[in-house]
Amino acid sequence: MSDTQRSGAGASGEELLSLDATELARRLHAREVSSVEVTRAHLERIEAVDGDGGGDGVHAFLHVDADGALAAAEVADRAIADGGPVSPLAGVPIAVKDNMTTTDMPTTCGSRILDGWRPPYDATVVGRLRAAGLVPLGKTNLDEFAMGSSTENSAFGPSRNPWDLTRIPGGSGGGSSAAVAAGEAPLALGSDTGGSIRQPGAVTGTVGVKPTYGTVSRFGLVAFSSSLDQIGPCGRSVLDAALLHEVIAGHDPRDQTSVDAPVPPVVEAALAGARGDLAGVRVGVVSEFAGEGYQPGVSAAFTDAVRVLGELGADVVEVSCPSFSYALPAYYLIAPSEASSNLARFDAMRYGLRVGDDGSRSTDDVMSLTREAGFGAEVKRRIMIGTHALSAGSYDALYGKAQKARTLIVRDFTAAFETCDVLVSPTTPTTAFRIGERIDDPLAMYLADLCTIPSNLAGNAAISVPCGTSADDGLPVGLQVMAPALADDRAYRVAAAYETARGESTGPRIPELRALEGSR
Amino acid sequence: MSDITRDDVAHLARLARLAVTDDELDTFSRQIDAIVDTVSAVGDIPDDVPPTAQVVPQTNVLRPDATEPSLPREAALAGAPSAEEGRFRVPRILGEEL
Repeated sequence: MSDTQRSGAGASGEELLSLDATELARRLHAREVSSVEVTRAHLERIEAVDGDGGGDGVHAFLHVDADGALAAAEVADRAIADGGPVSPLAGVPIAVKDNMTTTDMPTTCGSRILDGWRPPYDATVVGRLRAAGLVPLGKTNLDEFAMGSSTENSAFGPSRNPWDLTRIPGGSGGGSSAAVAAGEAPLALGSDTGGSIRQPGAVTGTVGVKPTYGTVSRFGLVAFSSSLDQIGPCGRSVLDAALLHEVIAGHDPRDQTSVDAPVPPVVEAALAGARGDLAGVRVGVVSEFAGEGYQPGVSAAFTDAVRVLGELGADVVEVSCPSFSYALPAYYLIAPSEASSNLARFDAMRYGLRVGDDGSRSTDDVMSLTREAGFGAEVKRRIMIGTHALSAGSYDALYGKAQKARTLIVRDFTAAFETCDVLVSPTTPTTAFRIGERIDDPLAMYLADLCTIPSNLAGNAAISVPCGTSADDGLPVGLQVMAPALADDRAYRVAAAYETARGESTGPRIPELRALEGSR
Repeated sequence: MSDITRDDVAHLARLARLAVTDDELDTFSRQIDAIVDTVSAVGDIPDDVPPTAQVVPQTNVLRPDATEPSLPREAALAGAPSAEEGRFRVPRILGEEL
C-alpha cells in the first residue's frame, strides 16, 4: 500500500495512531481525514505489533474484524459527509473487551468453554457504540471470565505490556488497555469488578474509568460478580474517556440493576478540569493506601501528584478509612461466591463446549467433564472458594461476614465524603510486574487490586489517570481519583486538572515498539 | 490455617461439577486453604453490623406484564453443542441407577 493510500490529508498513518480520540474526532468531523483512513491505519498497526499470542507481540486482540470495521467506517464517513447530526465520536475506532456480546464477532471471555461462540444478540453497550457511529475493530484479551490482574489467565495466552513486552499489561482488561497504549485503538471498553479497568490503565499509562455501579448497562456483559461488575471506558486522555462514557451510559430497562438517573455531566467536567483550577475542591488522601507493599517509585509519583493537586488550588487533607483493610478479604469472598453461581450457566447444554458426550455418560458427567476441560485454574479455584463460602457450614463466617465488611467500607466512604469531594490514592501498589512472576501465587496476584476494590464494594465512581513513571523502573504509575456514587463528574474534573497540569505527559504517549515492528 | 483438606476440595469440586484431577486436588487444596485462611480476616467483624448485598438504592424493578418478541428459535439453538428437532439435545438425564 502506498503512503498516499495509507495516510489522510496531511497526516501520516503513524501520526493518526498517536492522536487521542478527541483530536481524531475533530479531524474526522472537519473532514481532514476519513474514518476509513483512520480505521485502516489502526488495522495496519494491529497487524504490525499484535502477533498471535504465541510469539512476542502485544497480543491485545483475540479477534480482529477488518472487513466489519472498514464497512462501519464507510457508513460513518457517509454520515459525516451528509452533514447531518452525528455523535461526537462518530468514525473513531474502538476495541471491545471480549466479555461483551457481539453478533458479528465471537465472544470467548478468554475461555475454552466459549471458544468460537457467536452470541445471538449485541450487548447494550455494543449497540450504543454502533448507533453512535464508532467503529469496532475487534475483541480484546482478558483473564478468563475477567478473573485476574494480568491477562495470564486467558486461555489464549497473555497480552503484553507495550512499555515492556516481558511484563503484564494488568488485568483483567489488559487487552483493552494494551491496545490503547500500543496505538492499536484510540479507545476501548473494559469491565471493572475489582479494578479490571483501572489497574490495566495504571500499568500501561492510559486512562481507565469505573463509572458508578448501575450507570452503564450490563445487558450482554457476561456476568462474573453481579453486585460488582461495571463496564467503563479506556482511553488516552480524561476527555476521551468522558466522551466515551457519555456514549455508553444511561438507563437500560433490559438490565434490572440499571439506575434510572441522569448521566453525570462528565464531558463538561473534563473540560472544566482541563482549565486547571481546583480552588475549593477538597481532596482526601487515604492514609491506609501507603507504606508496606508500596513500591517506592509509585509512592513518590503519587506524593508528587498530590503536591500538584495542591498547587492547582485543592484543599488536600489526609483521611483514614480503617475498614478498607477488610476490602480485599471481603472481595475475594463476595466475587467468588457470585461467580460460582453465575458460572453455573456453563453447563454444556445450550451453548459452548461439550465434552464426553459419547452416549454412555449422564448429563451430570458430561457437565463435570466439560467444565473441567473448559475452565482454567483460576476460574476453578474461584468457583470452589465461592461454593465453600456459600455452603451451610461456612456461610455465616465467610459470605455473611464479607457482606458486613461491605457495610463498614460503605460507611468509611460516606464519612470521608462528608469532609472531601474526592479521595485519591495510587491506583496500584506497584508498577507492571513480570509475566510469570505471580501466576503460581494467587494471593500475591490479588494484591494488585488492593486500592481499587473498595470502590467496587461501595459502588462508587473511580478513575485512574497516568501519573508519570516510577523512578525505580521507568514504568507508568496511575493516580486513582474516587468520587461518591453518581458524582462521576467530580473524579473527571480532578483527573483532567491533574492531567493538564502535568504538562509533559499531556497527550498520548505511545511507547516505542520499533524493535518488534522491525522484526516483522 | 483454615483446614481445607484434599477431601474438602474433592467435595467442593463435585458440588461445582468440576471433574478435577488428582494433581489438581493437591495444588488446589494447598492454594484454597491459604486463600480461605487470608479471607477469614472478615471474621473479626462484629455480628451486629448489618449486611450489604448490593449498593443500588432500588428494589423490585418491574416491567409491564406484556408479551414481547423473544429470540427466534434458530438463533437460540445456533450455538448449541447439539440440537435436534428444534430443541437442545442433551445426554440422558435418568441413569439406570435411579
